[in-house]
Amino acid sequence: MGKRTIIPFGPQHPVLPEPVHLDLVLEDEVVVEAIPSIGFIHRGLEKLVEKKEYTEMVYVIERICGICSFGHGWGYCASVEGAMDVEIPERAEYLRTIWHELSRLHSHMLWLGLLADAFAFDSLFMHCWKLRETILDIFEKTTGGRVIFSVCKVGGLRKDIDNETLKEIVDTLKGLKKEIKELTDVFITDTSVKNRLCGVGVLSKQDAIDLSATGPVARGSGLVQDLRLNGPGVYHKLNFEPVVEEGGDCYARCKVRIGEVFQSIDLIEQAVSQIPDGPIDVPVKGNVKGEFAVRLEQPRGEAFYYAKGADSKFLERMRVRTPTNMNIPALVKMLQGCDLADVPILILTIDPCISCTER
Amino acid sequence: MSYVTKSPWVIHYDGSSCNGCDIEVLACLTPMYDVERFGIINTGNPKHADVFLVTGSVNEQNKEVVKQIYSQMPEPKVVVAIGICANNGGIFKECYNILGGVDTVIPVDVYVPGCAARPEAIIDGVVKGLGVLQEKRNAMDGNTAAPAPAEKEEA
Repeated sequence: MGKRTIIPFGPQHPVLPEPVHLDLVLEDEVVVEAIPSIGFIHRGLEKLVEKKEYTEMVYVIERICGICSFGHGWGYCASVEGAMDVEIPERAEYLRTIWHELSRLHSHMLWLGLLADAFAFDSLFMHCWKLRETILDIFEKTTGGRVIFSVCKVGGLRKDIDNETLKEIVDTLKGLKKEIKELTDVFITDTSVKNRLCGVGVLSKQDAIDLSATGPVARGSGLVQDLRLNGPGVYHKLNFEPVVEEGGDCYARCKVRIGEVFQSIDLIEQAVSQIPDGPIDVPVKGNVKGEFAVRLEQPRGEAFYYAKGADSKFLERMRVRTPTNMNIPALVKMLQGCDLADVPILILTIDPCISCTER
Repeated sequence: MSYVTKSPWVIHYDGSSCNGCDIEVLACLTPMYDVERFGIINTGNPKHADVFLVTGSVNEQNKEVVKQIYSQMPEPKVVVAIGICANNGGIFKECYNILGGVDTVIPVDVYVPGCAARPEAIIDGVVKGLGVLQEKRNAMDGNTAAPAPAEKEEA
């Protein structure tokens, strides 16, 4: 047994866009234990429900995270609507689903780029982000914002997408599909990429269950777990199967996300072909009385939203639990026994979103 | 002396931002905006950096980190606060764990507003920062008379 060394990793590190700190206990080059510590970007925004009215709070909740901001807005609105017994129009549900899938698309493209950056394949990183800009252009055209949209409100949506624009979006995505295919083929077939990903950071199916892994991490370990099957939205009217891989290594998790990129494009096409005409919001009046919880499949996994009213303009409690929070135990497990040089890739394959985790 | 303005290296740290500004900072480096054509490179090492891009506000836990990165950067250096949170706390100003803008712990030279700040605004902020960098450089050399080079407006 070699001498043990502790290497601090982060909070400021070239591979991390966000601050997270890990103490890596090493024996020679092998990690024997990883001790995470978080808290660098805790803001305490759940407590803001006491200061912001429930209709204003959606702006704060959207800013939990700039990557999956639409999903957070949706989860919050759905939980408040549930507590108030508000039924939103069908067109709004469809549009929320479309925007949510676009978010997943951009989030996964962003992640593929960061992964390429982590194994130092810079041109691949640049290409991923170049294609992602096309999706951001769609966001900008339909919502006015590139990363924070503020289109969700309690009772529906603030903005409609007319049917012509919806068709344009589908056409754009069809063109994009071919380019993404070329790119993702590199991730799947390139030898040097496979050398870095295959067999690295294996998380067995049993470990994934025991450690409550969620999202692509769980699906990469063979768990069929996708909340789109029974969560909010119109997913029950669309035809899709969760993308599941058996390997449990970084390669499997990468393949799951690549599968979901194409799945999202397909889901958007299906939703656009079915979308009914009609209003996009219903008037919401009065105070929130009841309580309600919503589970939503975010790009990174299951997110949980709980709202409890106090019969006033302010909620009594708002609780969000985000997917990265659930994947950190899995990450710690994966890190045990890996090489020091693989640590950045392993951290990235859970697609960490620290600002979600800490809020 | 001109090497500073020709190839400024930036370092990025996420204070307590929501990621929105961070991914926009990264988007500046990628082909759509591609600041690398002006020689701007993102480095992870404070000792290599000329420009410090901070997103998000500061809290008790990260203020030491921000100070540390700032103190490790060699003179002359410029701090660009990106996004409204880094400017004064923004939407999270009333949160219990927010101390305020980045200027509560380190001096800030350029403020870039926006939530999230657009890549165009970020690039504009960095270009403004380069002018400040040159002024600081001149002041260090005791050569205050030398004019700052014209900003690269085509950026």
